[in-house]
Amino acid sequence: MSEGIHPIASLLAAVARGITGVQVQWAGCEPDERQRIYFANHTSHLDFVVLWSALPSEIRARTRPIAAKDYWEETSLRRYLAENVFKAVLVERGAISKANSHEEPKHARRSLIEDMAAALGDRNSLILFPEGTRGTGEKVGEFRGGLYHLGLRRPDIEMVPAHMENMNRILPKGEYLPVPMLSLLTFGKPIQVEPHENKDCFLERAREAVSSLRRIGPA
Amino acid sequence: MMTAIHDSILMGLFGGVLCLLVILTVIGRVLKRRHDSNISRSTIDNFNAQISAWWKMCVVLALALVVGRIGSLVLFGILSFLALREYLTLVPTRRGDHRTLFWSFFVIMPLQYCVLGFQLYIVLAIMIPILACIFIPTSIAIAGDTAHFVERAAKIQFGLMVCGYCLSHACALLQLKIPGFEGHPARLLLYLGIVDQMNDLLQYVWGKLIGKNKIAWRVSPDKTWEGALGGLVSATALGTLLWWATPFTPLQSAGMSFTICILGFAGALVMSAIKRDIGIKDFGAVVERRGGILDRIDSLCFAAPIFFHLVRYYFAR
Repeated sequence: MSEGIHPIASLLAAVARGITGVQVQWAGCEPDERQRIYFANHTSHLDFVVLWSALPSEIRARTRPIAAKDYWEETSLRRYLAENVFKAVLVERGAISKANSHEEPKHARRSLIEDMAAALGDRNSLILFPEGTRGTGEKVGEFRGGLYHLGLRRPDIEMVPAHMENMNRILPKGEYLPVPMLSLLTFGKPIQVEPHENKDCFLERAREAVSSLRRIGPA
Repeated sequence: MMTAIHDSILMGLFGGVLCLLVILTVIGRVLKRRHDSNISRSTIDNFNAQISAWWKMCVVLALALVVGRIGSLVLFGILSFLALREYLTLVPTRRGDHRTLFWSFFVIMPLQYCVLGFQLYIVLAIMIPILACIFIPTSIAIAGDTAHFVERAAKIQFGLMVCGYCLSHACALLQLKIPGFEGHPARLLLYLGIVDQMNDLLQYVWGKLIGKNKIAWRVSPDKTWEGALGGLVSATALGTLLWWATPFTPLQSAGMSFTICILGFAGALVMSAIKRDIGIKDFGAVVERRGGILDRIDSLCFAAPIFFHLVRYYFAR
């Protein structure tokens, strides 16, 4: 992966910031160059770009999104945006649930986690939307298991919850033209997988960490 | 609009406003520095916030004067757009309103300013009150979600009325051609701004001095009958004294000022009620940091269209 930010990525980030008028709050931690996994609620195509643009540029250059392979490889434009512009890590959506339903061996899950761990390397950060798909914005949906397995695989890395408000009103699922309302992005207190914590327990705690950031008034 | 700079009366009036602001700013700073004064902290902070808001309004007004006719349309168009953005962020809408909202932002609002630019005054008068009023419910109905249908249509319509229709009429003052007053329409905008804002200030001052009977404490705890009447009388007197800068006689100027004050009061009260209704605490601070345009235009928004139409009907052409 080449260093630096693709000019189209910077342009799209500026456009997304303009449309969403996003106000960023670091409520539970400060921006930091250490490796992190940012995980957030997902309601809009703008989510990733806005979250990414909210990070200071030196951190941004080393932060990559996790994106669904089936969606982002569908057309050549999407593929170009994902691979060249944002340097996304494309993963099979649902690899985890398939692995759990005995239809495929566990190696599907293992390769997903290995892909993400490889993308982290020793200096990158990741942006992950653990719901796996865009919701309606009414509440944060259930998290898939990838976050937990990644947390076990790389216990040294902080996982920072983030909550984005109003994005579903700006560009909801199924619409292609944005309405320029104002949005709010809040970063919360980092969490980690506790020793002996089981998957469901952790995922519920992570989901709660995101949804509890909803409507924190600006300090 | 180079004439604005060569208009010595306009520049004198504007200069006077700036001098007053400088004096108020100094007073605000001194009050903030001195902790021993018996005025409460929040009163001083409010005072300073109001002064910084006036500075911003002066910057916008000065810009509107130097950028020319087209420039002023663009400037007010942007203000309307930002105001509508704040309003719709605060007001709950549903998924089914998405396309209607898109049209409101990117078609209806720009059209309003185009119509104003071409001075099609009949179209200007019916664009949002009638055409948008038909278009919005139709468009929401096509989207197919019937829940809270009337409420949703009304919310969007009202936003367009306040942020688009009303605000664009402040800009429309700059387009007026008045016999014997050619080249000076900017003075009318300044006149409207001074009388309206002084009415706000004097209402507050009179309310603090002799205010007893609350008008609607649930809506706006600061507003009293004594304050409103005191503000009305003193701001009307002030407006009357400014007759020399306008095409009005002193008596006409008194009538205009009186109208502006009454409507300014109504505008501020209605916008307070809206804020209470939607519970500003959720997104209020977000909007505040992005300019808080909605808060600035509250008392102007009802006064602007009526003042414009009165001037146009009795003085223009």
